Amino acid sequence: MSENNLLSLNSAPHSDVEEIKRRSNYLRGSLTETLADPITGSIPEDDNRLMKHHGSYMQDDRDLRNERAKSKLEPAYQFMLRVRAAGGVVTPEQWLMMDRVAQKYSSGSIRLTTRQSFQLHGVLKWNLKNTIREVNEALLSTLAACGDVNRNVMCNPNPYQSEIHEEVYEWATKVSNHLDPRTRAYHEIWLDEEKVIDSRDLDNEEEPIYGPVYLPRKFKIGIAVPPTNDVDVFSQDLGLIAIVENGKLAGFNVAVGGGMGMTHGDSKTYPQVSKVIGFCTPEQMIDVAEKTVTIQRDYGDRSVRKHARFKYTIDDRGIDWFVEELKKRLGYSLQEARPYRFEHNGDRYGWIKGSDGKWHITLFIQNGRVKDFEGYPLMTGLREIAKIHDGDFRLTPNQNLIIGNASSQKKKKIQKLIEQYSLTDGAHYSALKRNSMACVALPTCGLAMAESERYLPALLEKLEPMLDEAGLREEDIVIRMTGCPNGCARPALAELAFIGKAPGKYNMYLGGGFAGNRLNKLYKENIGEEEILESLRPIFNRYAKERHEGEHFGDFTVRAGYVKEVLDGQEFHA
Amino acid sequence: MELLVTNSPFTGEQVELLNKLLPTLTDSQRIWLNGYLSAMQGGAAASAGSAAAPSSESVPAAAAPAAAVPKEATVLFGSQTGNSQGLAKKLTQKLEQQGFSVTLSSMSAFKTNTLKKLHHLFIVASTHGEGDPPDNALSFHEFLHSKRAPELKELNYSVLALGDTSYEFFCKTGKDFDQRLEELGAKRLVPRSDCDVDFDEPAAEWMNQVVAALGQASAAPVSAAEAGSAPSAEVQSEYSRTNPFHAEVLENLNLNGRGSNKETRHLEISLEGSNLTYEPGDSLGIFPENHPQLVDELIAAMGWNPQESVAIGKKGETGPLRDALLRHYEITVLTKPLLEQAAKLAPGSSLNELLAAGREQELRSYLHGRDLLDLVQDYGLKGIAAGEFVSILRKLPARLYSISSSPSATPDEVHITVGAVRYENGGRNRYGVCSVHLAERIQAGDSLPVYIQQNPNFKLPADAEAPIIMIGPGTGAAPFRSFLAEREEQGAGGKSWLFFGDQHFATDFLYQVEWQRWLKDGVLNRMDVAFSRDSDQKVYVQHKMLERSAELYSWLQDGAYIYVCGDEKHMAHDVHNTLQTILVQEGGMSPEAAADYLSSLQDQKRYQRDVY
Repeated sequence: MSENNLLSLNSAPHSDVEEIKRRSNYLRGSLTETLADPITGSIPEDDNRLMKHHGSYMQDDRDLRNERAKSKLEPAYQFMLRVRAAGGVVTPEQWLMMDRVAQKYSSGSIRLTTRQSFQLHGVLKWNLKNTIREVNEALLSTLAACGDVNRNVMCNPNPYQSEIHEEVYEWATKVSNHLDPRTRAYHEIWLDEEKVIDSRDLDNEEEPIYGPVYLPRKFKIGIAVPPTNDVDVFSQDLGLIAIVENGKLAGFNVAVGGGMGMTHGDSKTYPQVSKVIGFCTPEQMIDVAEKTVTIQRDYGDRSVRKHARFKYTIDDRGIDWFVEELKKRLGYSLQEARPYRFEHNGDRYGWIKGSDGKWHITLFIQNGRVKDFEGYPLMTGLREIAKIHDGDFRLTPNQNLIIGNASSQKKKKIQKLIEQYSLTDGAHYSALKRNSMACVALPTCGLAMAESERYLPALLEKLEPMLDEAGLREEDIVIRMTGCPNGCARPALAELAFIGKAPGKYNMYLGGGFAGNRLNKLYKENIGEEEILESLRPIFNRYAKERHEGEHFGDFTVRAGYVKEVLDGQEFHA
Repeated sequence: MELLVTNSPFTGEQVELLNKLLPTLTDSQRIWLNGYLSAMQGGAAASAGSAAAPSSESVPAAAAPAAAVPKEATVLFGSQTGNSQGLAKKLTQKLEQQGFSVTLSSMSAFKTNTLKKLHHLFIVASTHGEGDPPDNALSFHEFLHSKRAPELKELNYSVLALGDTSYEFFCKTGKDFDQRLEELGAKRLVPRSDCDVDFDEPAAEWMNQVVAALGQASAAPVSAAEAGSAPSAEVQSEYSRTNPFHAEVLENLNLNGRGSNKETRHLEISLEGSNLTYEPGDSLGIFPENHPQLVDELIAAMGWNPQESVAIGKKGETGPLRDALLRHYEITVLTKPLLEQAAKLAPGSSLNELLAAGREQELRSYLHGRDLLDLVQDYGLKGIAAGEFVSILRKLPARLYSISSSPSATPDEVHITVGAVRYENGGRNRYGVCSVHLAERIQAGDSLPVYIQQNPNFKLPADAEAPIIMIGPGTGAAPFRSFLAEREEQGAGGKSWLFFGDQHFATDFLYQVEWQRWLKDGVLNRMDVAFSRDSDQKVYVQHKMLERSAELYSWLQDGAYIYVCGDEKHMAHDVHNTLQTILVQEGGMSPEAAADYLSSLQDQKRYQRDVY
């Protein structure tokens, strides 16, 4: 195919971003020149669009914006750099590298993302190249960690069923590699690879799957292993649910068309849960993923970026159309979906022993923020563990960290370090805190309308006494907060969620499914802390008194009539 | 009194013109006209051979009446900031009023082969740094001290030297000229006058002596006020250094970002209603106030009464001591003359030992970086009466700042860029008098006594098409902001290139967004930056110049003007050497040829510096 088919229902002219990608010569743009421009710490907007595909985008310290403008200084431009690893699994050496570059080039802390990636913030333009080079030397990459491509492939880091996890993780890596962009631009710009002399001749070879304009929007794949839905498989563009039969991986149920993002005040945008359309064998999975991606490539909306995610492509045409189109491209039909059951989407903390006898501990990392806190030298503690550990580190989809595959001997040493550095499995925290997640938001994220990571801990401290009072301290309630409606912390799937609208103001949502299987719904709009607390106190109290046995908070708020049940994203605003 | 045909010698037409004109004259215009008419009168008288007797009692007896020599005079100036040039111009006017035909010239523009023919030469020269001549005096100074200097037996001369007693080589350039001219056989018409920073009165006095010695009655004696005022511009302002304008501060902000080691203030000041005008390259003079903490500590250390009335000027005005120390006297700089006078006030103190012959080195190092509080504490000067003490102090001088705005871009406003100076010495915080006054005690809405100091030696090329290369790290960038704003207003077509540097990109990139805009709009064509503390190696502007040496040389070949502003000791020196290196490297010149090339650029005004 010489050019993407571009079969979108929307016949309006393509968005600017499409034109930027088209002109970019496979993501090169003028990045080499603009990165070298010494007069500004920024890059032009066109290059920033391309930069995302290289795993980074430009931000500025919004706390300093006004005072710097007054001082006739440009904003404090800096770059967020996302380092991906399929399934979030890295070696201790790779952990030490991340620790080192974070100290050397970024604001000094690491963030574990909701997609099992690392994020560094505050990297200056002049340090980007060295940072990316060191990341690649450690065999990790930033390529395609952002941008209109397939993002980091998520995978359950389930330590219970070691063999199954191993196999599923291998498939996650395979599908991730298969969908990697093929452009050499990344290697030229960051790794000093020699330039392809005339890449126009190489058009078709450059991107066999994506083509010259890549996808209309980002594309997300996640693989869940029931009964854990930690990857929030229904939030993914393409969700794969591992089906284990007789202790062996039989294949995957295929779910399509999920996604979190929406825009405040635009009801044509909404979060959506994916629909399960069938089952494929492990060997078919890569092909199913590739064909799904190419369908979105060809049919996705390239005119309106807010409407370009795969969920709209499917909702606009109907799920049957997709099933047909996929069948056409695969040359066969999917099998009928197999039974599965999810119990929760949160993490289970503490030490556990895998079926292969190796030990794993899940540590609680609030909002994924790894740094040294007062009296809680988390970053140092993890560094010390990495120095002696010979297993792996696994970033969980809930921004926590598993120190995995430790022998019994190493387990003792690791436990000693955990104690020495006051690291925690969160056991003494409220269940609400253990099930909490927040995006980065202010001051670095350009999209944030309100605080998130900096505020959720304070809000939790005010909610916890209310829970104690109601006797709900040990009740797992999934709470998530984001600074904007783009949904990085997957708030629309939480039982209790807050989405920022303005400084100090949030929309409050109730009713999400505990296993990440149902969207929540708007309960109150644009409220501040006082009203949040006032609204929640009676609900908590009533939940404590009136819940059925084993009934989760999200289910209760629907049954009690606080919000209507949302079975499909198209009813989210109804 | 209104003029009528009947009460004056004028015709009806003349009366009408005069009556129209006279009521419109300002005071200074009247004085000027008065002097002008008297001079025409005096000239006529002199040519008739009836020279009036010298009126000044200070004329040395040795000075011979000059009636026999031609009525021609040459006034040469060596000026860095424009003070000498202003005074030279003033002297020229005075001499012209006496009927002299005067050649006024910078030393660099003066043709040395005409020196032998001169009968009257007056030199006004300032001294810089370690006794160095100003840029535009360098070649003349060198010539006069070389073997090529001719015998000057016919020449009558006198030197007005400007300097600062807080520097070791006080007025050295003026002294050099004075001594050398004598060696060459010239006759000193009146003794050299060495002026400290407060030069108005001694300069006026010297001019009076010169005029008197030339044998002409001065119909309009030079007043101190006039001697110090800026050379007359097209639009006259009544405000000058001796009569500063109290200007309102419109804006006062810090240009450095959070976390910087530095504080650089950007001040926007209103000149509305002052008639003060300036051009890019000029400076703004500001009269500061001393730090109140230092004043209070000094008063306490001496056990004085802050309300005691003391003299605050040479003309008999008085005011409370605290006020006098805040606003009128210099207390942050120690000079040898000051110590000598202080020693006289405290005969028993060990200060006399420090001043003894043979201890010059020790004295020098003591003077460096110390203030009056150190002096009175170190030498136990308690017991001297406040009135006596202030009588030995220098007047608090104005500070000059290169203007960073363009009058055409921001009419009625003047902007300056001021680095706040703070450091610790001897266990006490020290503050730059003016910079910290501006940084800590002046807010928008306050007023400041200011005046314009013209700097004819730092001007954009007359040709708007000529390329310019500007080298200005730190606050040295100030005049280039003015230059670019001016060129933008003019729609000037000439290319421009700025070299800027400071400590850190993130916090110290002064006026960053403005340069960016000018780069985008093509007002500024190239910009190279050096941030010395962002990498392991300290990178300065001269390193960036070397990196671009081929291109820089080709700009020079295309007639580019080079401007350097900022630190004299290190930066300007390094930049100068770098320019020389580039000429050697790219132009294949010998080091001597490169040096000559640079001096010829200086003579052509294609290499101008505003360094401090």
